[in-house]
Amino acid sequence: MTIPEHQVRPDVEDRPEGDFALVQTALAPNGGAASGAGAVAEGGEVQVLASGWRLALRSFLENRLAVVGVVVVVLMVLFCFVGPLFYHGNYLVANPIFANQAPGAGHPLGTDPNGFDVLAQIMHGGQASLEVGFFAAVIATVIGTIWGAMAGLAGGIVDGIMMRFVDVLLSIPFLFVVLILAQKYGASIVDMSIVLGVFSWLVPSRLVRGEVLTLRVRDFVSAANVMGASRARVAFRHLIPNALSVVIVNVTFQVADAILALAFLGFLGFGLQYPHIDWGDMLSGAETALQNGYWWQVYPVGAALVIVVMAINFIGDALRDAMDVRLRRR
Amino acid sequence: MTAYILKRIVSAILVTIGVTIVTYLLLHIISPSPGRAVLGLHASQKAVRSWNKTHGYDRPIVVQFAAYFWKLLHGNFGYSYKEDQTVAALLAENVGRSAYLSGASLTLAIVVAMPVGIWQAIRRNKPSDYVLTGAAFTLYSMPSFFLGLLLIQAFALSLHWFPVEAAQQTGILQVIGNIRAMALPIITLAAVSMAAYSRYMRSAALDNLAQDYIRLARAKGLPERTVYLRHLLRNSILPMVTLIGLSIPALLAGNIIVETLFNYPGLGLLFITALQNYDYPVLLALTLIGAMATVVGNLLADVALTVADPRIRL
Repeated sequence: MTIPEHQVRPDVEDRPEGDFALVQTALAPNGGAASGAGAVAEGGEVQVLASGWRLALRSFLENRLAVVGVVVVVLMVLFCFVGPLFYHGNYLVANPIFANQAPGAGHPLGTDPNGFDVLAQIMHGGQASLEVGFFAAVIATVIGTIWGAMAGLAGGIVDGIMMRFVDVLLSIPFLFVVLILAQKYGASIVDMSIVLGVFSWLVPSRLVRGEVLTLRVRDFVSAANVMGASRARVAFRHLIPNALSVVIVNVTFQVADAILALAFLGFLGFGLQYPHIDWGDMLSGAETALQNGYWWQVYPVGAALVIVVMAINFIGDALRDAMDVRLRRR
Repeated sequence: MTAYILKRIVSAILVTIGVTIVTYLLLHIISPSPGRAVLGLHASQKAVRSWNKTHGYDRPIVVQFAAYFWKLLHGNFGYSYKEDQTVAALLAENVGRSAYLSGASLTLAIVVAMPVGIWQAIRRNKPSDYVLTGAAFTLYSMPSFFLGLLLIQAFALSLHWFPVEAAQQTGILQVIGNIRAMALPIITLAAVSMAAYSRYMRSAALDNLAQDYIRLARAKGLPERTVYLRHLLRNSILPMVTLIGLSIPALLAGNIIVETLFNYPGLGLLFITALQNYDYPVLLALTLIGAMATVVGNLLADVALTVADPRIRL
């Protein structure tokens, strides 16, 4: 087992607190001095999987911020997906007569320069933002898990080539390449999810590979090997389920990052295209709106965006604390 | 140590070559016929084909790439047909303003985040720590353009302290001199990194506070101030060095957002303009430069850490 020094250290499964592009490279909080060997040596006792998950759930529920996060996300999903059943605002047909109206009867959050109802736009834009965030995260996680597990299991030169490829893609600035791709291919929700997902699997692949590398030499895996388990059985029965906690924590942050990335694209004018709308789109004219004093076109949607991303980050942080067995035992 | 650094440099060069290949291929797939982009949608098939032929875009992709790479090695970034200038000239025109914006905000972020993070670690789990952590968390979940919008509303539109737009002068010295116009862009760009750095600094300082050398420093009777300034600060700076090297992609993304929001003519705004004009030579050059900056940042981060921390010398 050789781990090139400059690649991600296998003992790092938390993500550095940084902007979404910063997440691309992880670094141990103690300056990277700790080696993968430490993570392997400790944690000798093997827990039954089910009780491990139950412990994690209990620890998660004890975290008040996490519960708030879950409640906020559920409420926001209800607001965006069930809300339109009860509130029918115009978000499709431009009508300049009703442009830039202040909040009032008929338009609880006013109208935008096209005469669209802002509240209806927030609901439908929220649908798109949440869907893209979720799909992009799933795509990224699936690709990343398979790639990382394959590299970690293969080892040797195959591992080297696969991870060098990840190094190369990680060096291309995310927002640059996503902007170029989104302009050409990112018109609909599915297309945009693919564009974002296809460039977000790199960090998960590193995490999964690191986890597989450390798990591979643990006693319970050696025991399975000694008892004659096939490679596939070792991979699917022992390695991937145990690497799952890392994946689950990461997928949460991926959702938040994808929602933010979509907002950046929309703000810059390269988000989803009509008739689709996302929260970033709604803010692309925000500077003019503020100068004209149309605050209702800026603050409600901005607040929705920040609140959702924050809630998801809370959930991710709590999941990380809950699932980190080493941390829990301390 | 020298061997490690050499190995690291070689691998950085390999990654750079890989990045050039991948980016070139990607843009070739997106825009396979530059003639179409240059001549427009109404040009005839024949005109497009002959344009591609005269400019060498009908050759096999490998030959095209080799030619591009050879020019790149000589500092030739290609030609922007939309702007009718060499890409190198466009870059030279804008790079100073972007470098100033990035440099100033990076400095501001570090100067604020380091003491804040250490202060939080020292007073951990006190109300002030919670408030600052909450603030960092909010900043961190907030897209930078929304923060910029809030700052514009508060300090430009309501209080009239600063203008809405960034400095528009051409000379870099005049831009630097125009502190009032540059205040909001710099603060906006700094705020994002600031949140990340302070959270990082806090956890690094917390790790260090639990170490024996801090206990020793206290046990031998040093005043708390000396313990913090001489021992804690110095040891907590190390991971920061790495973090700064690794935060270059975030900084580049921030430049695009902030330059667009404040209409500041730098490389980020150049990228957006090129994107709107389908000016692929410029997009290719800027993406490559961004990638190279990322590679160099990673390299410097690793090397700096190796030089500074004897514990990880191999």
